[in-house]
Amino acid sequence: MQKSASQFFDEMQLNATDVRGIYSAYNKWLQNVPHQQLSTKRAEAEVLFRRVGITFNVYGEEDGAERLIPFDVIPRLISAKEWSHLSAGAIQRVRALNMFLHDIYHKQEIIHAGIVPASILANSQYRPEMFGVDLPNQIYAHIAGIDLVRTSESQFYVLEDNLRTPSGVSYMLEDRKMMMRLFPELFRRYSIAPVEHYPQVLLNNLRAVAQPGIQDPTVVLLSPGAYNSAYFEHAFIAQQMGIELVEGQDLFVRNNAVYMRTTQGPQRVDVIYRRIDDDYLDPLAFNANSMLGVPGLLSVYRNGGVTLANAVGTGVADDKATYIHVPAMIKFYLDETPILENVPTYELSKEEDLQYTLAHLDELVVKEVQGSGGYGMLVGPAASKNELEEFRLRIISSPSSYIAQPTLALSTCPTLVEKGIAPRHVDLRPFVLSGKTVTLVPGALCRVALKEGSLVVNSSQGGGTKDTWVLEGELENLTQQLTKVKQTKTSKVEEPVC
Amino acid sequence: MLSRTADHLYWMARSIERAENMARVLDVTYNMSLVPNAAESEAALWLPALEISGNVEAYEREYEEYSAADVIHYLAMDMNNPSSIYSALRSARENAHAVRVAMTSETWENINALWLEFGQFTEQDFTKGGLREFCDWVKARSHLFRGVCFGTMLRDDAFNFVRLGTFIERADNTARLLDVKYHLLLPTQEEVGGAVDYYEWSAVLRSVSAFQAYQKIFSDTIVPWRVAELLVLRCDMPRSLHACFDEITPILEQLSGVRSSESRRLAGELHAKLHYGKMNDIFQNGLHEFLSDFIESNNLLGTEIQRTFLNAAVN
Repeated sequence: MQKSASQFFDEMQLNATDVRGIYSAYNKWLQNVPHQQLSTKRAEAEVLFRRVGITFNVYGEEDGAERLIPFDVIPRLISAKEWSHLSAGAIQRVRALNMFLHDIYHKQEIIHAGIVPASILANSQYRPEMFGVDLPNQIYAHIAGIDLVRTSESQFYVLEDNLRTPSGVSYMLEDRKMMMRLFPELFRRYSIAPVEHYPQVLLNNLRAVAQPGIQDPTVVLLSPGAYNSAYFEHAFIAQQMGIELVEGQDLFVRNNAVYMRTTQGPQRVDVIYRRIDDDYLDPLAFNANSMLGVPGLLSVYRNGGVTLANAVGTGVADDKATYIHVPAMIKFYLDETPILENVPTYELSKEEDLQYTLAHLDELVVKEVQGSGGYGMLVGPAASKNELEEFRLRIISSPSSYIAQPTLALSTCPTLVEKGIAPRHVDLRPFVLSGKTVTLVPGALCRVALKEGSLVVNSSQGGGTKDTWVLEGELENLTQQLTKVKQTKTSKVEEPVC
Repeated sequence: MLSRTADHLYWMARSIERAENMARVLDVTYNMSLVPNAAESEAALWLPALEISGNVEAYEREYEEYSAADVIHYLAMDMNNPSSIYSALRSARENAHAVRVAMTSETWENINALWLEFGQFTEQDFTKGGLREFCDWVKARSHLFRGVCFGTMLRDDAFNFVRLGTFIERADNTARLLDVKYHLLLPTQEEVGGAVDYYEWSAVLRSVSAFQAYQKIFSDTIVPWRVAELLVLRCDMPRSLHACFDEITPILEQLSGVRSSESRRLAGELHAKLHYGKMNDIFQNGLHEFLSDFIESNNLLGTEIQRTFLNAAVN
């Protein structure tokens, strides 16, 4: 049964008449704004996004058209208190996950302790090539996108940890810029924590994970190129960090080092922020047909000639079969109680869980263990009879490829749709950065399922984005962090030729 | 900077310049068609436009006659013609998209907006009107492109490659225009001063925005050899060959740094010819010969730039 919208926790509406405290000023403002004006603002945003080229390419579409991710003008608000809880939880998780990755590619103590089964080593995302390889600061997931959902005032769940090449941060930054442009008056009314320093924090972290002894590391962003769905983001972040946006063909390997081809000859590269999956990184080591990668890259990497961010082999930790062990990892490595909870998960490799799932398929969400982007996923309550039957057969033929979770009552947030303002389901993806320290900027990508009743927020499935406002209160660290960023300066300064 | 980035920037600028020049040629040819008895036939009027763009053979494979409608479509909108305005602007946008990081956001947004706006023209039937507006629009967008580069880009290698692309392409286009027109008009030389001749030569001047400059400098009847002088040797005429190489040569000096390169030498040689050359000598040896040599050397220079900077090999 589909719950009616009012049965879901709403980020703004406490009940039919009252709004939650943090939204009261916003609500007062909204009451005085005709919906027509909001629609005009949204149309204005669309024109601007289109002009700037903030677009993505959808795989499988004939014309290869560049599409806009729908942008909603109503922000999601998060109180300082909520944020400090969420950010502490996300940081704790990423610390544990990095320790897990280091462990699993070294002593494998967590397996010996019997906390994670040895079968994890057979996972296709486990990269034996990484065994025994030491990485600077023992960091594997330099950039992690932690997907959070909310079901009540106090209950947040971690839906998944994205540790390979998480995307979406450009929307966090661009949505904010857009909101400041469209509604400057709201930014005077609220004290909203800034997110604009994200690229600087990221760059500082990337510079910090160059191999020891390198004075002035050259950092580049490796993209599959202009036809990749996330190309805008690659270009945007590279530009914001002031680093070269390279493609595989721009790099080559020589004498245990990576170089880029420049108009002035080869230039050494020390850190590669790569937005290409493991499989395509190096045709000599992985997928031999890959045209995107750099032949010989893995060998240089293993010998410490270059740093990759994220590391090769992080996929084993964000696999949905590994996900269930994260709370235990936090206990094992940090000896702490998990701050954020996992969604209860059925492992279909276990007979008992499998039987339960098959019997309750129409109530559950079933996901492919290695799927991402909302592909290969079944939302039981929203599925047709045929879809359920088809999925049942797929599960039976390969139970261990799937996990199942209860269909969560994801919170809703008021959203401007055709009929006016209506509640739509949302999630939240903050980006945790690890390098010297583990931090995150106070903001996140908020994705919204624009179809009424839909729980799938992925942009590839018609989801949109909202700006997320973390309201400032006791965020005293923030100002400190900002000053730090301002003081960092790049030492590589070229003198003009005049 | 990355060789690939330089390559995209260079070709982005070349494509925009190419589109602008094509629009200029279309515009003046169309204007000539409004002059009574300007040419014996429609074909005699429109064929030169094809010759300037250097792809008569490709045209003949696709079209049967040199009608205004076909030639305009071929030069403005034909997707299969790599030099059409459509293809040039599309290529400019694709090159820009591939390296949007290397340019200022204003520059990128400008080119992206150009491509979005271009959509309004694609369905238009120019035989029914609107060609002049279209050509004006292309020229204006090209001016805007150069302006936004000039006004916002850091004076680094990226800027240098953009400028290099612009002037290599412009030099080629001006030389072709002059060569085709001069060649065609010479037989009627004895009738210099006739009305049609005046229109034709003023059209050539207008196509390179040089009509007013001519009046200002010579303030006299328009005669072919002065037009040639203006477009070849005058360094103060911004679309002349000399002016283009006044830009190209120092850019290549700067990009080469301490390295010696064939492209640097070639540019220097061409520059010297334009800088120290005399119009009388050029005419004595034949303007057509001079221009063909120039077009060939300029092409060779393009190839050398490609080899030295843009396809940088591993060694």
